[in-house]
Amino acid sequence: MGLTFYTFSSPPKFYALTGVLVPVCWAFAIVLTVIGLWIGFFVAPTDATQGEVYRVIFIHVPAAWMAMWLYLVMAFWAAIGWAFKARLASMVARATAPTGAIFAFLALWTGAFWGKPTWGTWWVWDARLTSTLILLFLYLGYIALVEAIDDPRRADQAGALLSIVGTVNVPIIYFSVKWWNTLHQGASVSLTAAPKMATTMLTAMLIMTLAFWAYSFAVIFTRARGIVLERERGTAWVNQLAGKGSRS
Amino acid sequence: MRHLFITVVLRDLRLAARRRIDALLPLVFFIVAVSLFPLGVGPEPQTLRVIAPGIVWVCALLATMLSVNSLYAGDHADGSLEQMLLAPTHPVALATAKAVAHWLITGLPLIGMSPLIGLLFDMSAPAMGALVLGLVLGTPILSLLGGLGAALTLGLRSAGMLLILIVLPLATPTLIFGAGAVGAIESGVSAAGHYSLLGALLIATALGVPWATAAALRISTE
Repeated sequence: MGLTFYTFSSPPKFYALTGVLVPVCWAFAIVLTVIGLWIGFFVAPTDATQGEVYRVIFIHVPAAWMAMWLYLVMAFWAAIGWAFKARLASMVARATAPTGAIFAFLALWTGAFWGKPTWGTWWVWDARLTSTLILLFLYLGYIALVEAIDDPRRADQAGALLSIVGTVNVPIIYFSVKWWNTLHQGASVSLTAAPKMATTMLTAMLIMTLAFWAYSFAVIFTRARGIVLERERGTAWVNQLAGKGSRS
Repeated sequence: MRHLFITVVLRDLRLAARRRIDALLPLVFFIVAVSLFPLGVGPEPQTLRVIAPGIVWVCALLATMLSVNSLYAGDHADGSLEQMLLAPTHPVALATAKAVAHWLITGLPLIGMSPLIGLLFDMSAPAMGALVLGLVLGTPILSLLGGLGAALTLGLRSAGMLLILIVLPLATPTLIFGAGAVGAIESGVSAAGHYSLLGALLIATALGVPWATAAALRISTE
């Protein structure tokens, strides 16, 4: 059997492949995090207007990017799983949700740490903050729904439908929140008005983004491996794997 | 398609008419919940006038979500939902009919009650008009979204809470523009933009969500 696009949509092959990939992803994640944080904390210059506080962006901005991106990734795999009855795609979608939710939470949390010294408050009902909060709620709704349904087939399909509806809604929510915010608050502090970023800062931020990517792959694959084993526990290859594990 | 649609709407209305107290519960919940806010916030008319549209909208949202839970539950429990899905007509007619019936039973009384609530909060007549018009455009969206949530959570253990968690984030644009219309009127600006956006949301929801609800019903009853 040749190697095709569909080869790794078979659970045992996926399990074997990710077994190799997970340590590699972890290695990348750790090395890139160390490099990114080192550049961010020690090499990048102090910001002229914000001082040292701005350094939280090396965590904050990549986390916010990952939170948005992973929602699309989740919806994509969930839709593939639903449309083509590809079990593995649905499993990957389910494995993606908690990581996305954690990144959304991390973006809000680090944003609060940045906001307190800079804006003088932990939280403002700014368009970005509010829409990230609603994104977190969308993740929580998805996780709650798929966890509440015992039948995995129904859980996958219902989750796929919800994440697709959510994807259609995200831009509408973002623009409505933005408009609501400008109506209610007048002049609010804007991130976009910040001065142009120094190259070292941008480098550190991009390296941190890559680190978060590697981390996401590692964690999502690990979680997907767990889901694969749980769902395929009746099959011969899982029993064989379990038998080998207990003998050695 | 039209036949099934009209039949289901009339049937749900007849069922509601035979259980009048059940049908009135969302409205009572709405009035009680709205009345709690002055007790919590304080009786200053100035503050109450400012927060009134938000309170009315949030309570309308919660009343809709709490009542929409039983939209398919009864038919699911006695098996008639599966029979309706087996009908040759596409289930999108069923999903639309159910949402329309729900709006007629809960949305319409809420709209009728809202001027009275406006009086309780000392709202001006133009602001009340904006509130009612916003609710007329917005509550059908809530019924449609609620129908989708009810179809997704059909027969689950904690369906009520789950439905609220799923649907509330999706309903935020409606809430923003609905309450925003009153805010615009009160600050002396035209609310036409808000109505247009609510109308656009209503059209998009009415065209898209019944299909998603139909798919969700199929998923949930498989």
